[in-house]
Amino acid sequence: MVSAVQAPSPRKGRAGARAAKPVVSVVADTPGQRRFKVFAVVVLSLVVAVTLYPFVNVLAQSFSDSANIAAGKVNLFPRGFNVDTYRVVMSDRDFWVGYRNTIVYTVLATAISMVLTTCFAYATSKRHLKGRKAFILFAVFTMFFNGGIIPNYVLVTSLGMRNTVWAVVLPSAISVFNVLVMKTFFEAMPEELEEAASIDGLNTYGILLRIVLPLSKAVLATMLLFYAVSHWNSWFQAFLYLDDKDMFPVTIYLRNMIAGVSSTASSGAEASDIGMISANIQSVTMVLIVLPIVCIYPFIQKYFVSGVMLGSVKQ
Amino acid sequence: MAVSTPPAKRLRSRAPLADAAAVRAPRTTWRSALRKDWRLYSLLVLPLLWFLVFKYLPMAGNVIAFRRFTPGGSVFGEEWVGLDYVQMFIDDPTFWAVFRNTLVLGGLTLLVGFPAPIIFALLLNELKARRFKRFVQTASYLPHFMSIVIVVAMIMQLVSLRGTINQVVGLFGADPVNFIQNPDWFRTIYVTSDVWQTMGWGAILYLAALTTIDDSLYEAARIDGANRWQQTWHVTLPGIAPTVVTLLILNIGSFLAVGFEKVLLLQNPLTYETGDVISTYLYRVGLQSNSFSYATAIGLFESLIGLVLVLSANAVSRRVAGSSLW
Repeated sequence: MVSAVQAPSPRKGRAGARAAKPVVSVVADTPGQRRFKVFAVVVLSLVVAVTLYPFVNVLAQSFSDSANIAAGKVNLFPRGFNVDTYRVVMSDRDFWVGYRNTIVYTVLATAISMVLTTCFAYATSKRHLKGRKAFILFAVFTMFFNGGIIPNYVLVTSLGMRNTVWAVVLPSAISVFNVLVMKTFFEAMPEELEEAASIDGLNTYGILLRIVLPLSKAVLATMLLFYAVSHWNSWFQAFLYLDDKDMFPVTIYLRNMIAGVSSTASSGAEASDIGMISANIQSVTMVLIVLPIVCIYPFIQKYFVSGVMLGSVKQ
Repeated sequence: MAVSTPPAKRLRSRAPLADAAAVRAPRTTWRSALRKDWRLYSLLVLPLLWFLVFKYLPMAGNVIAFRRFTPGGSVFGEEWVGLDYVQMFIDDPTFWAVFRNTLVLGGLTLLVGFPAPIIFALLLNELKARRFKRFVQTASYLPHFMSIVIVVAMIMQLVSLRGTINQVVGLFGADPVNFIQNPDWFRTIYVTSDVWQTMGWGAILYLAALTTIDDSLYEAARIDGANRWQQTWHVTLPGIAPTVVTLLILNIGSFLAVGFEKVLLLQNPLTYETGDVISTYLYRVGLQSNSFSYATAIGLFESLIGLVLVLSANAVSRRVAGSSLW
């Protein structure tokens, strides 16, 4: 449906590159081409530095004392190294309540997302299914046109979901993009496999649970992580629909912190004092929110990338 | 919509009829399809219900743009008022101010944010060293996985009075700038941070497209004496053109829907002058002043423009470049 790339054929490309090597060595790099390469390396190194700097800066601030931060001395390395701020934040009840809520919401929302996405993607991956195109269109249309904030708000409120977990978990349960990724993966499965299973007496549910899903671990892992990260990071649903502090996810805890800073700023008062004292507390909170993502990040990166590629293959 | 388990008995008794219909028409009838695939259809029930409730009901809920709505009353409003609310925002100078802001912010984001991943991917493609390449990619994807709250918190720390940016400003002997309160800086901050967050991830699709370009094309170009720029211009860019066009369509379609959550977190009353966009304005009008119908009218207008933009960008690209989304 959404086609960004014509079926990428990395295998073919790589094989081509290997075969081409002798030819490349015959036509040697000109000085101009070498200069171009150096240029690319320099620019890309700068890009990496700029990309990573904010993370390093936050980490450095989280271990620094507020005096050094207020003096504007903390950049790449902590000044006045201490872990007191971590103690302060970690002894705050609201922080832990928020963290626990975030974990609960993420687990629940991810589970719901996975079930709904898998069911829809599997059924619509069957080419013989009557009405398949209509169902897909039904889903894809919502990518390009949506109800908007107010009607959504009115709906969730009138369903009585305000101040319940469901307001956070349900409205964002299905991502159509993820459905398309998964559907593409299922479509690529050999049909003989499922035919054999059905001859052996398995029905559709059995085939899905015992044959298809065990063979789809890569795409399931990708989807799981896509959903988990997006639910972990979400804040707006909670911001709209939850009033009880004990239900806030940790992103709202941080949001209220930075909103406090900007409202002090907008009142025109000298913000440096109030703003700066909380700078290291903010930094610690940010580090703790980002930590789980950064920890799993190196392991999941390749899955994410292959997931994006799957979803964009032209059909 | 909800297709559930059909009563099997009744269907079986009618089966001969259904079969006859199938012979006459090449397409299977719904009845035989349901009988054969009811398990597959049963898998669709919950997701379709979800789309219906959480996507299509709110779309229908847009009728309150033309009906008077009272909080606590019907989701679809109480009585028809025609185009009153549309007239209202057409007469509202604030609406046109935020409309302009949205166009400028969306346009700038498109102008800077769209080419950035392409250039990034082209530069990455120059590298032969596998390890450095992978390191650059790994680092550049990281911001994509950050919550928008984290991103805004980072921005606020970097541009604060004693933050890194102001330290650099200080190196040039200038006074610190209160970036976050200054409407002149809102767009720069927004667009820069957007590029920071999306450039690496956005390059993935281009990198994939680049691997599909046949190496022999480059060799032929080299033998013909093409230099690096000429190779890029005549081989690489045509090779990734379909990807570029597709993503451009998608970007144009969503360009009015500027990052609502980010703008909402980043703006404050002092920066409304440049930083207030349609979605944040209607959010305030609707949910903070309780003018639900009025805000819905504005939102519907925005969604419709978005839809028209996608459809026309798609039509143009089908005609001009021969590639389209559907």
